[in-house]
Amino acid sequence: MPSIRFRLNGVETDIDADSDSSLLTVLRGPLGMTGPHFGCGANECGACNVMIGDHAVASCDTPMWSVAGKEVTTIEGLGSPEKPHPLQRAFIAEQAIQCGYCVAGILMSAAALLRRNPAPADADVRVALDRNLCRCGSQNRMVRAVLRAASEMQAP
Amino acid sequence: MTDPAPKLPVNLAANPVLSSWVKFSSEGQVTISPGKVEIGQGIVTALAQIAADELDVDIGRVKMVRASTAGSPNEGVTSGSLSVQQSGRAVRFACAEIRQIFLNVASDRLGVGIEALDISDGTISGPGNVRTSYWELAGDVSLDRDATPGAVPKSPAQRRLAGDSVQRLDIPDKVFAQPRFIHDSALPGMLHGRVLRSEMSAATLMELQEDGARAVDGLVAIVRDGNFAGLVSETEDGAEVALKALRKGAVWSPGETLPDEHALAQWLKTQPVESTIIDKKTVSGPREKKRTLQRQYTRPYIAHASMAPSCAMAQWTAEDHVRVWTHSQGVYLLRADLALVLKLPVANITVEHMEGAGCYGHNAADDVALDAVLLAKAAAGRPVRVQWSRADEMSHAPFGAAMAIEIEADLDAQGEIVDWRHSIWSNGHAARPGRAAQPSLLAATERADPFPRMISTNPPQANGGGADRNSIPLYDLPSWQIESHRLKTMPIRTSALRTLGAQGNVFAIESFLDEVAAARGEDPVEFRLRHLSDQRAKDVIRAAAGRANWKPAKKAGSGYGVGFARYKNTGAYCAVVAEVEGEEDIRVKRLTLAADVGEAINPDGVINQIEGGAIQATSWVLKERVRFDRQRITSNSWTDYPILRFSEVPQVQVELIARPDIEPVGAGEAAHGPVTAAIANAVFDALGVRVRHLPITRDSLIAAMELNS
Repeated sequence: MPSIRFRLNGVETDIDADSDSSLLTVLRGPLGMTGPHFGCGANECGACNVMIGDHAVASCDTPMWSVAGKEVTTIEGLGSPEKPHPLQRAFIAEQAIQCGYCVAGILMSAAALLRRNPAPADADVRVALDRNLCRCGSQNRMVRAVLRAASEMQAP
Repeated sequence: MTDPAPKLPVNLAANPVLSSWVKFSSEGQVTISPGKVEIGQGIVTALAQIAADELDVDIGRVKMVRASTAGSPNEGVTSGSLSVQQSGRAVRFACAEIRQIFLNVASDRLGVGIEALDISDGTISGPGNVRTSYWELAGDVSLDRDATPGAVPKSPAQRRLAGDSVQRLDIPDKVFAQPRFIHDSALPGMLHGRVLRSEMSAATLMELQEDGARAVDGLVAIVRDGNFAGLVSETEDGAEVALKALRKGAVWSPGETLPDEHALAQWLKTQPVESTIIDKKTVSGPREKKRTLQRQYTRPYIAHASMAPSCAMAQWTAEDHVRVWTHSQGVYLLRADLALVLKLPVANITVEHMEGAGCYGHNAADDVALDAVLLAKAAAGRPVRVQWSRADEMSHAPFGAAMAIEIEADLDAQGEIVDWRHSIWSNGHAARPGRAAQPSLLAATERADPFPRMISTNPPQANGGGADRNSIPLYDLPSWQIESHRLKTMPIRTSALRTLGAQGNVFAIESFLDEVAAARGEDPVEFRLRHLSDQRAKDVIRAAAGRANWKPAKKAGSGYGVGFARYKNTGAYCAVVAEVEGEEDIRVKRLTLAADVGEAINPDGVINQIEGGAIQATSWVLKERVRFDRQRITSNSWTDYPILRFSEVPQVQVELIARPDIEPVGAGEAAHGPVTAAIANAVFDALGVRVRHLPITRDSLIAAMELNS
């Protein structure tokens, strides 16, 4: 198996992996990062979303060869209880989940949105999250949370 | 008149030992151990609030324990919007009694009368600065005793936390990706299992070539037992690769023939059935009947479609002892079914809850637990985690049952209802484990020595009913007869999905009433109010209508509709006004809801449940329908079973009517029926077309228009 080098949450990472293995498999398996969730394995639900560079992508559908040399950010790299990302703070403040299985992927889609559009409107958030599914019906709370985080990040 | 003798809450009477619910540690913590489980509904937080309130401790000191057959109270299944009602009441009374026990001991210790003692964050103090605490007394006060009737919980005015929107205890872990889900949990030495299932329903495994799978790195074992086949691997990736290889080596022959998806109502109405009169109300004397209106409504099979494929872990700790970790809604019930399958005493099986994704009823959570137990047999004592595929989750898990509902009403010369007949044809809505002499678990039907598939039944009306849930009108109609025909065949597996039959019945009743009101030229809100004598029912309807400015002026291409129900006729009241737009594709623009759940322990939690239920119901109404051909379920991906997306989600406003003095009831299923009906009624308001067959899609609109013309 070839060794593939990429940056994971800011850390230079080398991993022996089949180049056709999915990024999700490698993250959850040998790298032990269980934040990104398996939902469908077919890039249809967004539960496994991570950022590659500034873009949210489905890690279940991303082969390892395509990750070489790239910057990968997972939910683990977004923030921590000690140093939360504004999105994480906002999702708590808005109580923006029910079961929370989808939220890791949704936070990464939202983080990618805020990188390219720091002041999105309600409709922009919905478009950015449209490929992420939530079965509990927490979408409106999530949209409010993203808008709250955006305005917090905009504040001087 | 004297008050009746006090009685313990049902779940406390069934599990009376106080220490099974509550334990204090000398380190200043109190452990609450409910039998109900977190399924994303926030119950653990609500129960912590209730306990903290009754005991007078800071909620930060409350540690909630996950349910396990190793020691938790047996509270059956976490379902039916009953957890606050049942578990909350049990915790409240247990804590009230425990508080009194500690006050008694403290009074002796401190030499101060009970009435002079006060408890603040667990510290018990009295005049002259005397003090002790739960933590100090914990070692000396045994709670290994039975609860006694007569404990007096605090009055609503004395509660500090109940009624507050305390933040959910589990949300920080979830947004910071701290492992909580069973899918993210790993036991030492854990292996990974996968089950091979045919796309075809109840197929027979004719041949299984194992060479390809055996050649995959990390393979530990292949398990074959009749039509049940699966494998165990050192790694999850290895398990997936081996499963692909095993699939190539499998030859299946078709199993059961499925019904014609396009003639579902006809099929439902021509199967062998067990018929029950659910309710009958008669009126004496003659009644005038001018004409009879008859309508048929249908809803399709609906998938639970959890975001997470079902998952479980199992470990055989001895030849005849197994431990199971599961996101099942009922650890004791699952254990009972496992015991039937394994032919082991229940004492040899420990079932422990871990969180999964929202399940919305009986999905594959229990099935995968048996899969894990069977595969772990081949793992030489190591634990095995098994996860289903998306396709299996969408095709082999039980579905919410399809329904055909006929309503027939006799109307007098003024178009008033003088008699009402409601008939339901549907499979049963419950085949949960642990309640019958046979197991309901999928693999039990696949093994070489198989159990038959359990045919779903309906809970009795006293427990809210199944197919007949919410079929008895809450309206003051002079007479009625409600009948339920439960299918005795079940080619498509059904079991409990949120609301059971209530979504279908409320859709039918509320659509029919809307039609009667429209024929009379009467406002549908006024019509409903005129036929209701329950003040709480009227209040939610008035609140929703008021907040939605009922009825806004007519605009081209948009419409407004109303829907109402009291869930199970005994639970939460909910009324909705829906605003829809569109001509070919209906878009729900806004839902305005009012709900009354009695005392709302956590108002934001209640609103979250009502709002989530409203959005999920919108998804059911506009999008959802299990698809199948004559051999297999074909809607086995999100592409083939679409659900509502962010851009399609309506604005949702929820008004809670505060009733702190009335016993609390659950909120998770209150919105589905009313929302379904309100959308259908709004579609009629917008387009003049009655859609009586769900889902309301472009196709069903065209069909309804053709029927009208």
